[in-house]
Amino acid sequence: MATYTMKEAKPAPSTNKGVIFWLRENLFPDVKNTLLTLAGLYFLYTILPPLLNWMIFDATWSGSKEDIVNSGARWIFIVEKFDQFIYGFYPEALHWRPNLVAIICILFVFSFKYIKSIKVKIAGIILFPIVCYILISGGVFGLETVPTEKWGGLMLTILVAAVGIVASFPIGIVLALGRQSDMPILRTLCIGFIEFVRGVPLITILFMASVLLPLFFHDGIEFDKLLRALIGITLFQAAYIAEVIRGGLQAIPKGQYEASEALGLSYWQGMILIILPQALKISIPNLVGSFISLFKDTTLVLIIGLFDILAMVTLTNSDTNWLGFEVEGYVFVTIIYWVFCFSMSQYSKSIERKFNTEH
Amino acid sequence: MKNKPLPTDGQGILNNPKYRAIIFQVIALALVVFFAIYFAHNMFANIESRGITTGFSFLDNTAGFGISQTLIPYDDGTSTFLDVFIVGLLNTLLVSILGIIFASIIGLLIGVARLSTNFLVSKLALIYIETFRNIPILLQILFWYNVVLAALPGPRQSFAYLDSIFLNNRGLLLPEPIFESGSMSILIAFILAVAGVIYLTRWARKRHHDTGQEFPIFKVSIALLILAPTLVYFIAGQPVSAEYPVLKGFNFRGGLTIIPELLALLFALSIYTATYIAEAVRAGIEAVPKGQKEAAKALGLSDYVILTKVILPQALRVIIPPVINQFLNLTKNSSLATAIGYPELVTLFSGTTLNQVGQAIEIILMTMAVYLVISIVISILLNWINAKMEIKGR
Repeated sequence: MATYTMKEAKPAPSTNKGVIFWLRENLFPDVKNTLLTLAGLYFLYTILPPLLNWMIFDATWSGSKEDIVNSGARWIFIVEKFDQFIYGFYPEALHWRPNLVAIICILFVFSFKYIKSIKVKIAGIILFPIVCYILISGGVFGLETVPTEKWGGLMLTILVAAVGIVASFPIGIVLALGRQSDMPILRTLCIGFIEFVRGVPLITILFMASVLLPLFFHDGIEFDKLLRALIGITLFQAAYIAEVIRGGLQAIPKGQYEASEALGLSYWQGMILIILPQALKISIPNLVGSFISLFKDTTLVLIIGLFDILAMVTLTNSDTNWLGFEVEGYVFVTIIYWVFCFSMSQYSKSIERKFNTEH
Repeated sequence: MKNKPLPTDGQGILNNPKYRAIIFQVIALALVVFFAIYFAHNMFANIESRGITTGFSFLDNTAGFGISQTLIPYDDGTSTFLDVFIVGLLNTLLVSILGIIFASIIGLLIGVARLSTNFLVSKLALIYIETFRNIPILLQILFWYNVVLAALPGPRQSFAYLDSIFLNNRGLLLPEPIFESGSMSILIAFILAVAGVIYLTRWARKRHHDTGQEFPIFKVSIALLILAPTLVYFIAGQPVSAEYPVLKGFNFRGGLTIIPELLALLFALSIYTATYIAEAVRAGIEAVPKGQKEAAKALGLSDYVILTKVILPQALRVIIPPVINQFLNLTKNSSLATAIGYPELVTLFSGTTLNQVGQAIEIILMTMAVYLVISIVISILLNWINAKMEIKGR
C-alpha cells in the first residue's frame, strides 16, 4: 500500500512578492509609469543633494562669523540671534518668566484630564490666564513690568494665537447659536457679523482695529497696540469658529433637540448638557483646522507693527554686524511654523480617524 | 392625591417663550444700537478734536505720488485719489485672476498626481501639499520677494530666453504686443469663433441626441478658435507686432515688464492656494464610488468617455464649491501684497492714501466694501452653480 505524504508547500513565485515585486507594481508597471518614475527620481536628484548639502553637510553650526568658510547655511546666525527669535526684546534676565509660563501651560494641559472635580477645572481655567498675564507682564508682587512693546518673537506668536483661540471660542459658540436661533433679529445680527467678517481679508480687520478702534472710544481710553491686534484677531477668528460650530450643530440629529425638550430641559440646559458636547466633539477636526489657519494668520500682525517671529527675520538682519542672513532666518522661521502646523494637522487627522472607526 | 396645577401658556410674561423671545431680542438690539451710538458719538467727537475732515471729497484731490504698475493711464501730477483707488482695484483683480489661473493649473496637476497609482509621483505630490500648506502665506510671499527674486542678477546679467524674454532683479520682461489699426478684426473673428463653437456644440448635442452619431466637437472647436483669428490676422495684413525688450545702458527699454512684487505675489499665492485646490480635486475624484468606473468599464465605454461622461460630472459637483472658496481666499490673501509693496488696493488705499489723507473711516470702509462686493458676487455665483449642478431627482 502506498503511503501518501504531504508535499512541502512551494514558496510563492519570486515575481509575486518582495522588493522587486513592490517596485514593479508601484513604480514600473508600464512604460508611462516608468517614465514618470524616472522623471520623479531625476527631480529628487536635482533637488535633494544641493538642499541637504546646504542645510546640513556644508552648513556652519558654530564658531564666530569670521570663521565661515563653508558654502552652506550659516546657522550660527540663528544660534547668535536665537533669544531674539524666541523672546523678541524681552529682557534677558527675565526670560525665566515666559519659560515658566510655558512649563505651567504644558503641565496644565496634561494634568487637565486627571482633575476630577469640575470646580477645580473651572478655577484652573479662570486662574491660568491671569497667572500667565501677571508672569509675562509683571507689575505686581515685585515683578518688574515689561511693556508689551518688548514682547516679541515666537513668544508673541504663540501668545497671539493662544489668546485668539481662547477668547474667540465662547464668542464663536454664541454666534453659532445665534445664527441657528429662531429669533429673527438675533439671527440677522449674527449672520450679518459672521458674513461681514468672513467677506473681508484679515489685514483690513487689523487695520480697522489699529486705526479705527482708538477713534471709537473716549480720548482718555488708551489701547495698547498688542491689545488692538488681539481684539481684531479675536473677532475675526470668532466668525470662523462660529461657522465651524454651526456645521457641528447642523450635524446633530433633530431628535436630540426634541429629546432634550421632551425631558423638560430649558434652552441653555439642553444646549450645554445635550447638544453642544456632541456638536463640539464632531467639530474638533474642523476646529483644529481653523486653529491652524489662525496660527498661520498671526504672521499678519507684523504689518501693523508688532514683532512676531517672522518680523524678527528682518529685524535681526538690520544688525550691522549680521547683514545678509535673510535666507537662514526665513528657513528657520519656516521650519518652526511648519512643525507647529504639521503636528496640529496630524493631530486633527488622528482624531478624524478615531471618529471614523466608531461606527 | 393632589397634583400641582400644570403651568399654562401666558402665565406671567417671563415664562411665555413667545414674549421671552421678543424681550430677549429687544435687549440684544438695544445693546447693539447703544454701542453703535456710543461709538459714533465718540468717533465724531474725536474727529472734531483732531481736526480730521470727513466725507468723500478727498477722492477728487490730486494724489501726487507715483505708482510702479498701473493698468490705466496714471500721472502723479494730475491723477486723483479716485484714480489711485481704481488703479489699486485693477491691480488687485489682475493679481487675483492671474493667481487663480496658475493656482488652478498647479492644483489640478498636483491633485491628479496625488491620485496616481505611481508611488513616487503620489508621494511627491503629498510632500508638495504638506510642505506648502503648512507655511504661512505671508512668509512665502516675503521669502520669494526678499530671498529668491532679490538674488536675481542685475539687468546686464539677466537670464535670457530666445533674446526676447529676460529675467532679472527688476522683474520679468516679455515682448509687448502692439495693436495697430485693423487688430479689432482679429478680436471680432475670435468672438465670432466663440459664437460658432457655442452653436456647434448645441447642434452636435442635438444630433447626438437624435441620431446617436458622435461629432468630434472638441477638436473642431479648438481648430476653429485658433484658425479663425489666425486667418484674419494674415488677411488684415498682420496688424499685431511685438516690441521686444532691449538692453540700453543699465536697464531695459520697451517690452512688457512684470514687476518683481507681482512675480513674488503670484508665485506665493498660486503655490499656496494650489495645495488646497489639489486636496479638493483629490477629494472630489475619490468621492465618486469605485463601482461607477467599473460599471462604465463593463459597459465597454472608452477611458476618455468614462472620464468625461461618468467620473468628472460627479466629481465636479464635489470639487467646484471648495475650489471657488479657495479663489475667494486667494483674492483676499492678495491683500498681503502690502507687506512687499505691490501696488494693489490695500497697499495704495489703506496704506499710502490713508497716510496722506488721514480719513481712516472712509478709506477702510471703501477697502472693505470692495472685498465684500467680491465675496458677495462669488457666493452668488457659487449658489447659482450649486443650484445648476444639483442632482435632479425624477
